[in-house]
Amino acid sequence: MSQRLWLLAATGFLVVALLVGALVGPVHIGLVDALESMIARLPFVHMDSPLSPTQESILWDIRLPRVVLGALVGSMLAVAGASYQGVFRNPLADPYLLGVAAGAGLGATIAVVYLPNGFGFQNALPPAAFLGASLAVVLAYAIGRSAGRGSGGATLVLAGVTVASFFTAVQTFVQQEHSDTLQEVYSWILGRLPSSGWNDVEILLPYVAVAVVGILLHRRLLDVLSVGDEEAATLGVHVGQVRLVVVVCATVGTAAAVAVSGLIGFVGIIVPHAIRLVAGPSYRLLLPLSVLVGAGFLVLADVIARTALSPAELPIGVVTAFFGAPFFAVVLRTSRRMAA
Amino acid sequence: MSKLLLVALLGLLLLAGSASPANPPQRIISLSATATESLFAIGAGKQVIAVDDQSDYPANAPKTKLSGYTPNVEAIAGYKPDLVVLAYDPSGLSSTLRGLGIRVLVQDAAKTLNEAYAQIVQLGSVTGHVGAARALVARMKQRIGQLVATGTRRARGLSVYHELEPDLYSATSKTFIGQIYSLFGLKNIADAADTDSSGYPKLSAEYVVAQSPDIIVLADIRCCGQGPRTVAGRAGWKNVSAVKTGTIVRIDDSIASRWGPRIVNFVRAVSAALAHLRR
Repeated sequence: MSQRLWLLAATGFLVVALLVGALVGPVHIGLVDALESMIARLPFVHMDSPLSPTQESILWDIRLPRVVLGALVGSMLAVAGASYQGVFRNPLADPYLLGVAAGAGLGATIAVVYLPNGFGFQNALPPAAFLGASLAVVLAYAIGRSAGRGSGGATLVLAGVTVASFFTAVQTFVQQEHSDTLQEVYSWILGRLPSSGWNDVEILLPYVAVAVVGILLHRRLLDVLSVGDEEAATLGVHVGQVRLVVVVCATVGTAAAVAVSGLIGFVGIIVPHAIRLVAGPSYRLLLPLSVLVGAGFLVLADVIARTALSPAELPIGVVTAFFGAPFFAVVLRTSRRMAA
Repeated sequence: MSKLLLVALLGLLLLAGSASPANPPQRIISLSATATESLFAIGAGKQVIAVDDQSDYPANAPKTKLSGYTPNVEAIAGYKPDLVVLAYDPSGLSSTLRGLGIRVLVQDAAKTLNEAYAQIVQLGSVTGHVGAARALVARMKQRIGQLVATGTRRARGLSVYHELEPDLYSATSKTFIGQIYSLFGLKNIADAADTDSSGYPKLSAEYVVAQSPDIIVLADIRCCGQGPRTVAGRAGWKNVSAVKTGTIVRIDDSIASRWGPRIVNFVRAVSAALAHLRR
């Protein structure tokens, strides 16, 4: 398939996912009614929504913001995973590779445990998680750089692992000291898309927009980088600089996503690899496709999280792993067969 | 039939054995916040030498750094206790302590009010305050009975949402706390969501708003800074019945998570909310 066709197909997938996300939920809102309510909100349309005030708030204040939030988080995690895999030439790299998850976890725990109640942990948790995540990655980068330039990505990954285990240890210690806060931190770690209205969307959108644009601008350079650091350097690419810019974009975006949604695993690995298997390894195509497919994937995963045990909810991290793994196995098999 | 007889016999034996302990323990450690409250309420407080880090009530309980969740046997034994009360018995803690010659009483989280009463009486008979314990239980039964009697009429046809966490974790009628709502005859909106039968499902926000409960009980005011204002400010909650009528009950997290003498306070708070609604 040509590039354009792939992009068209991925956009179609995202649109379908968004529609399913908007129309399916634990509370039934009829397809026609929901669509009419949406049309009624368009400018210059003079029409009354057929929904009751309660249904209106469910659709507009709870469900739609959550769908949009899922799309933002999903696209961010997928594109961050793809770019980490590119700059480190490591197929197992995920957005949490450089300690983002551990750092965010420590920040969140400290906010929950030490901040006074009046402060409202609901407000304090995301910025604290963001700070922790950024701090962890800066540390990992500093350690990786000081270890030596020649070895490139590998030392950075090792530094990330080191920082992550240290931060996790501190986090566990703080948590054990304050076991009464265990449950809150735990439910954040499991990953969940909060039903907190448009607020989180507004917070997250600028980070994701900047990060995604920054990464997409480098998509051709990532292709060059895939031949190896030295080869890329002889082609006139500033390897260190490209790596730094892409890592900063991916990290800032991921940290913001994690701060809002907790730790949602698997998206950053599964989506880019699934795309590689069907559409080829070129980053020029892989990165924009990751944005679109990652968004759609997480929106659909959240539909399952909201409805599988309705009216109870599943943590979305459970869904992404439970449905993501078999899906990936199928993609792996069919792509082999196609190649054979 | 023979089984019944056996149980009765055992019960009698236990009663006989514990009704008047020859020498009641004088160095008690409580690693259960509920047991701490009960021990002090029945007048055994003077015999308590140390309580765990969660035991924040009453204020004069000798709170230490001992942990009931991740207990350290050496630290416990260092106090030279003659009785240790546990609510949770991880990795053979009780048998290790017994091996050191220390008496251990394990009182799991009560599943019913009657179990909670029985635990108080058991604490009384073990510590030599059985009379005070029985009197306390009688008072609790009487007060709860009165509050429920007036509340039941008001509760007819009303629904309740009990919140454990701002992430919408709730408690069904199967749980200890949920049974209190059942006593009043309130409909618990978490019941429909108990798909994993843990008793503590995480509800979806859409569902809570659609159910529009008449009473919201917040058991996450201390942990998570929730209150009527934060609930009213949640996206989409403004049309919920309890928000509109202002029937949002704040209950201290620790009262709502224990099964000791302060259950009465909890029942009173629910009853007050009902009175507020029917005013």
